[in-house]
Amino acid sequence: MAHPLYRGAVIAGVDESDQIGNVPHKTSLQLHAEAAMNALADAGIDKSEVDGIATAGVSTLQIAEYLGIVPRYTDGTSVGGSSFVIHVGHALEAIHDGRASVVLITHGEGHLGGGRRPRGGEDPSNLAAQYEAPFGVLGPPYAYALACMRHMAQYGTTKEQLAQIAVQERQWAAMNPKALMRDPITVEDVLNSRPICYPFNLLDCCLVTDAGGACVVVSPERARDLKKKPVWVLGAGEAHDHAMISQMPDLTRTPAQYSGPAAMGMAGVTHDDIDLCMIYDSFTYTVLVTFESLGFCKPGEGGAFVSNGRLGPGGALPTNTNGGGLSYTHPGMYGMFLIIEAVRQLRGECGARQVPNARIALVNGTGGSLSSTGTLILAAD
Amino acid sequence: MTTPTYTKPIPMITPENERYWQGCKAHELWLRYCNRCQKPYFYPRDVCPLCGGRDVTWRRMSGRGTIHTFAIAQRAPSPAFRDDVPFIIAIVELEEGPRMMTNIVGVAPDPAAVRVGMPVEVVFEDITETIALPKFKPVA
Repeated sequence: MAHPLYRGAVIAGVDESDQIGNVPHKTSLQLHAEAAMNALADAGIDKSEVDGIATAGVSTLQIAEYLGIVPRYTDGTSVGGSSFVIHVGHALEAIHDGRASVVLITHGEGHLGGGRRPRGGEDPSNLAAQYEAPFGVLGPPYAYALACMRHMAQYGTTKEQLAQIAVQERQWAAMNPKALMRDPITVEDVLNSRPICYPFNLLDCCLVTDAGGACVVVSPERARDLKKKPVWVLGAGEAHDHAMISQMPDLTRTPAQYSGPAAMGMAGVTHDDIDLCMIYDSFTYTVLVTFESLGFCKPGEGGAFVSNGRLGPGGALPTNTNGGGLSYTHPGMYGMFLIIEAVRQLRGECGARQVPNARIALVNGTGGSLSSTGTLILAAD
Repeated sequence: MTTPTYTKPIPMITPENERYWQGCKAHELWLRYCNRCQKPYFYPRDVCPLCGGRDVTWRRMSGRGTIHTFAIAQRAPSPAFRDDVPFIIAIVELEEGPRMMTNIVGVAPDPAAVRVGMPVEVVFEDITETIALPKFKPVA
């Protein structure tokens, strides 16, 4: 028997802010608002219909007031870059329960202020500031490098294997006009790029950009009259198992080991059913460890799994077809952009980079220091 | 041994963690210990994360452990670390079980010189009049 939430909601609209990449003259709120209005236009839904709202990084109070929305469902779940993926699962539940019929999920982060995480300081409740920052663990590259090194030591994973992820994503980015970095790169380019924190070089690390993104999740009833083809939510899962990287139970397994089976179980799909993957790629390692955690390959086999062109154009498992956080855009909390690309692929809107016959997509957002994950299974029909 | 020019992040002493930092200042590693499940845990907090016990005390650790993982910071994490790079960040697993973030000192910041599983022992770096940071060096 199908899960009660199976096909309980539809993603009706998605879009970025008017500009992404280098947008130094706009605030985070402007980027939220642009993306929100663009996504509503993409859905063909008027703002007046929105009765649910979700965001992370800023309060839903601010977004709703800015846009003139009075929601009866609000979700401020803020667990890092995975938040927006998790919001979709929550919207699915709210819609199923009849608490909302049109949920607007927004994201926006710009350098002009607002929306960026503070870095430690004098807050005794910020435990990373107390127990990690004093040792120089200030920001994601240092935390993720520690996890990556453990995987390399435990399984013999190599920097060359990790580099192949960046190379394949750049091949996708070359076909995405919105991608910031589009020139082809080689494994050698990755290995020779500026050292950041061993084992990571610059091209192992995601971009830091300005960007906004939004999506509109609606009830199956409301989905009967949309501007574009509906994209169904077949399954959703979420989990987190630590905050600080030093307290991660197993540095080689992310909470995708829980959120993945939850989403795939709800959807009633297996790994072989997945036509494309959108996997949060804050770093090359994030992709590798996520594939293992989701069960696409066995623990320790991720290095071989991501090699041989499997993830790139023409590969057996097209992944991060927008170019990912490594080459397309990454504003800080990138999860929304996984959803946007998955929906565009399932609608067949991706032009040169379109995955032929893409029917089922897996989206996996990761937030914090490999701390939280949200997994979605989306389908074209 | 205060260093007035110390500009890197400094932990904040609170009633909950004070004993831990007092231990460090005495160059001893004292962790929270749960009387219910009889295990030590890190970081210091009033509730045992392993069993939910609230009957918790303090216990001195041996200071010995192994490198669970490491990384070498090559780009400075903040301007305050500019003179330190490259330096070794590590998660050390104490022989009593808990893991904690630290730096590895007394060895070259070179992937060929450090290894996962390397035995280490605690040393303390006094950074203010009240705070000493627990760092680790390879066991001779």
